[in-house]
Amino acid sequence: MRTSEQTLDEILDLAAKHFKVPREQLSPDDDFFKKLGIDSLQTLEILTRLEHHFGVELPDYELQGVSDFRTLAERIQARL
Amino acid sequence: MKDFAGKTLSWTLADSVVELALHHEPCNEIGSSTLQEFERFVEALDAAGEKVSALIIYSTLKSGFSAGADLRELYSRSQQVTAEERAKHLRDFLERIHRVLNSIDAAPLTTIAAVHGVTFGGGFELALACDLIVADKMARFCFPELRLGLIPGFGGIPRLKRDLGNAVVRDLLLTGRSINAARAHAVGLVAQLAAEGETLRAARSAAAQLKKFDRKTAATAKQFIKPVPYDELRREIDLFCELFERPAVAEGLRKFVESTDVQPYLP
Repeated sequence: MRTSEQTLDEILDLAAKHFKVPREQLSPDDDFFKKLGIDSLQTLEILTRLEHHFGVELPDYELQGVSDFRTLAERIQARL
Repeated sequence: MKDFAGKTLSWTLADSVVELALHHEPCNEIGSSTLQEFERFVEALDAAGEKVSALIIYSTLKSGFSAGADLRELYSRSQQVTAEERAKHLRDFLERIHRVLNSIDAAPLTTIAAVHGVTFGGGFELALACDLIVADKMARFCFPELRLGLIPGFGGIPRLKRDLGNAVVRDLLLTGRSINAARAHAVGLVAQLAAEGETLRAARSAAAQLKKFDRKTAATAKQFIKPVPYDELRREIDLFCELFERPAVAEGLRKFVESTDVQPYLP
C-alpha cells in the first residue's frame, strides 16, 4: 500500500513527465491549472492517466474545486 | 457511393468498407450543419446497398470522438425565438437526428465506432448506435446532460439500456460522471480496447475480418441480436422536449455557454 507521500511523489513525477516540466519546479501546493497551463481537455487526459497509473477510478465530481497536487493526492489515496 | 468531403464530416468507400471521418472543430459538436451532412451520409449509405459491408466512424481531431450536441448553437437559437417556435425547432432537430441514428443503428451492415478522447453526450450516443465500439485506452465516456437539467436526447438512454445492466446505466446517468475506456470495456460497453492512436487500425482490422462473412447472414444476425428500441426512443424525445421547457435548463445552458472555467464539464 502506498503512503500519501508516495502517492503525491508519483503524481508530481507523472505531471513533470507528461507536461515536460522539470520535476524540481513542481511543489505539492502548486495550482496545477496555472503552473502547467492545463485546459479542460488536458484535465480529462491527466485524469485518465492517473486512473491508469494508480489502478483506481476517480469520479470527476470528486475533483471539483481541486487545483493543487496535495489535495489531488488525498483524493486518489482515498480510492487506493 | 461517391466519396464526399464536407464541412463537418467526410466519407470514403474502399473495398466495401465506408469510413466516415468527423472533423468539425473543436470536438465534433453536433449542430445543424453536422446534422445536414449526416442526413446526406445516411441517404448515400442507404442507396449504396450491398456495395457496403462495413462502416467505420471515427474522428480526425485530437480532442476526441465527439463532445456531443452543439450546446452553444442550441442556446443561442433558443434565445432568438418564441417559446412555441423553440419547442417546434427542438422537436424537429431531435426527430431528424433520431432518424439518422436509427438508420445507422438498423443498417444491414456492420458498423464500428472507433473512438478516442472525449466521447460525451451526443457523441457517446452516436457510438452507441454502432454495432461495435473500439476504444483508444485514453477515451472517456460521459452523459453530462443531467448537469444541465436534461436527459440525453439522441437516443442514449434506450441504447444504453439495451447494452448494459441498469445499475451501470443509473451510475452513468444519475451521477453524470465520466468513465475511462478500461471501465467501459469491463462493463461491456466497449468491444475492443486499442493502444493510444491505434483505434482506427484496430477498427480497420475488425472490418477486414467481418467482411469475409456472408452479408445476408451478418445482417440477419444483427437484426436478431440488436433490435432498435423505437418505442423508447420516441418516448425519450417527448421527455427531452418536456424537460427543455423548464427555466432551469435555459439557466444551465447559459452557465455552460458563458463559462470560462477550466473544468466546465464538472457539475
